[in-house]
Amino acid sequence: MASEADDAPRNVSRRDLFRTVGSGAAAAVAATPLAQSTALAQPHLAGVAQLEALETLTAAEADTLEAICARLIPSDENGPGAAEARAAHYIDRALTGPLRPSREAYAAGLAAIDVYAQTSKGATFVKLSPRDQDAVLTELENGVATGFMPSAAAFFNLVRTHTIQGTFCDPYYGGNANFVGWDLIGYPGLRMAVSSDEQRMRVPKAVRKSAYDEAMFTPKGSNPKGDDHGHRP
Amino acid sequence: MAIDLKKTDVVIVGLGAVGGVAALPLTWAGLEVIGLEAGSWLTPRDFAPDELRNNFRGWPQAAQKANSEIPTHRPNASAPYSPRFPIHPMMNAVGGTSLHYWAQSWRLNPWDFRVVSETTRRYGASRTPKGSTVEDWPFGLEELEPYYDKVEHEVGVSGQAGNINGVIDPRGNIFEGPRQRGYPMPPLRGSEFTERMAAAARKLGWQPFPGPAAINSVTYDDRPGCQYHGFCNRGGCHVSAKNSTAVSTIPKAMETKRLQVVTQAIATSVTVDDKGGRITGVVYVKGGREYFQPADVVLVASYTYENVRLLLLSKSRAFPNGLANNAGQVGRHYITHHTGNPVTALFPFELNNWYGLPAQGVAVDNWADDNFDHSGLDFIGGGNLWVYSDRRPIAAASMSTFGKAPLWGSAWKSFIKQNADRFNVAYLQKTTLPYEDNYLDLDPVAKDPMGLPVIRITADHKDNEKRLGAFIQDKMAQWFIEAGAIAVEKGPTGTMGPSTHAYGGTRMGDNRATNVVNRFGFAHEVPNLGILGASVMGTSGAHNPTLTAQALAWRTAEHLTENWRTIAGNG
Repeated sequence: MASEADDAPRNVSRRDLFRTVGSGAAAAVAATPLAQSTALAQPHLAGVAQLEALETLTAAEADTLEAICARLIPSDENGPGAAEARAAHYIDRALTGPLRPSREAYAAGLAAIDVYAQTSKGATFVKLSPRDQDAVLTELENGVATGFMPSAAAFFNLVRTHTIQGTFCDPYYGGNANFVGWDLIGYPGLRMAVSSDEQRMRVPKAVRKSAYDEAMFTPKGSNPKGDDHGHRP
Repeated sequence: MAIDLKKTDVVIVGLGAVGGVAALPLTWAGLEVIGLEAGSWLTPRDFAPDELRNNFRGWPQAAQKANSEIPTHRPNASAPYSPRFPIHPMMNAVGGTSLHYWAQSWRLNPWDFRVVSETTRRYGASRTPKGSTVEDWPFGLEELEPYYDKVEHEVGVSGQAGNINGVIDPRGNIFEGPRQRGYPMPPLRGSEFTERMAAAARKLGWQPFPGPAAINSVTYDDRPGCQYHGFCNRGGCHVSAKNSTAVSTIPKAMETKRLQVVTQAIATSVTVDDKGGRITGVVYVKGGREYFQPADVVLVASYTYENVRLLLLSKSRAFPNGLANNAGQVGRHYITHHTGNPVTALFPFELNNWYGLPAQGVAVDNWADDNFDHSGLDFIGGGNLWVYSDRRPIAAASMSTFGKAPLWGSAWKSFIKQNADRFNVAYLQKTTLPYEDNYLDLDPVAKDPMGLPVIRITADHKDNEKRLGAFIQDKMAQWFIEAGAIAVEKGPTGTMGPSTHAYGGTRMGDNRATNVVNRFGFAHEVPNLGILGASVMGTSGAHNPTLTAQALAWRTAEHLTENWRTIAGNG
């Protein structure tokens, strides 16, 4: 994946991601060595996570959101970021359900950021260089960007909160793909029983699984072979 | 028209932490009990270790009665409303919030029962803050001790005793009042981090100890010990090691065949007879139909906000301002426990706080209640210092950057990569007094989907609580620094909006002009109406309320069984 080292313009749109890694699940999970080992351990997760629809966002909205997420938690020398975690995909899915009350805020905010980018930097957000994208986002964060209701800072905080959720949530929800978020912060993963030794001040080896890899938490009607969580909405 | 049901001995409104306890002594004594519960049964399969669902989406509250009647809040009668909470802090289910609470199961300390008299004796009457409506409880700790003991054993509480019949054990809380025997289970184990904190406290000359929890540390009542998996905070227990009433006292009561549980039943009013002297039963809605459940005695056992709300909604000719409210005391003496003013510490090494639970921690009570001399201080009361092992990924990534990094981008990412497991937030519970102008009433505008008004909280922290908060923060910061922290951050006081620690509104006391219920928990104005929950408590103490509310519930239920003919009025 593109790294932060080169400062070249980088549009992390969904389409580009597919172009990079291929549209098939096999190619996608081979994108990083980590994903490869995860795929061996969790074939059903890896197999499902790569198919994405846009359930609520328009393609243009999704492109802009992808670009924002990629700057909030960039891919850089510290590893994959929100783009690889598929945080924007998480947000798109969640906007159909638990985050539905924020759908209008996304519609208005994503439109406003393009207007503001065009006015202040001469191009829509996805077409700006990472440096200019960061400048626009800083102006949102500081509340000085215009054209947002109720405020640019409120929209910034909304997207930041959801991008963090999408990067660090259980991968069942369509984010934290291949556990890149959990790896970033060194979360040693889900253990249903934790020993005294595993609570020493020495983080144990990471376990990579979703809560819903535990059969007791999935509906009885879900695929008994375990190659599909039955969780696609 | 409500459908009339067959009369029963006792109706309990709400089968949560307190209603679920009261059902046991009642049914053991042979009474027929119907428990009305707004939620449903949940099982271990419902308790997935899922941070997003449990901690950010408020499962299962999101689709519940409680969530349809979230209280509004304003700091004072002329202030604008605070933003409305999106999710109620409590949940409905058989077992109620005892399913997903932190399960810290503290007894109050002796001082909490005698705040006015002890403050006057030690410092003079002028030291009780002006405007506070605090009273001594109608009895002391010694009266409640047998009931604490019963609940600790029937619900199941693990912990380390500090005072058995006056013999002090420094492994436990040396400031606790005398208890007749130890806990039925040893305390939850420590983690290396909490042991490190305990060692630092000892270096400061303080007496650290493991806190009590309604969580099995070993197999108890045929249920296993805690697995320490890290999802106890707003999560139910997948192995039933957390002793909610749904797995402890309620099943025991059901074994008698005298407890009938009616789920998804929403109580809308408690009715009185034509003369207005006695309760006749409860009206509830279930499945879109209205029912009337007659009973000799009604025990209102929902949460503080819902107890007050149900009384205020139950208007009649005899009680035009709400049931048992002719003295105008329903909703008064309200307290949102002061758990604000947090302290967050940053360490230069990893803590491995990824596993554990909020109840797995180390406490210091040296600065709680009146355990230290307040002569030269400008407040009364104190705080419990609590440090524990509990961390999940989304919360970890949302950590404070201590002013050392921006909040996004590569520099932020680098910061959380290094520090996500290097911070700890202490939990500081502090004495909070009731005041004349902190109260609950019905909101004139906000309503639930049935069109019934929700509770409005009018309350704000006063000077005593703010000064106390700053004092406790200093102590906590000192403790973290002693343990090796390189930065500490002190958080704001916070508001008195909806809370998991809400007290008062139906206060207990002998004076019927200032209290709703008598010393046994029955309404001064209506003899066969009992009220259970922290809504009867007149002081908060510096510790979690649940065990005290449960001990009071057991005591009220036992009083009823011993005085059945008098209270039920059918002798």
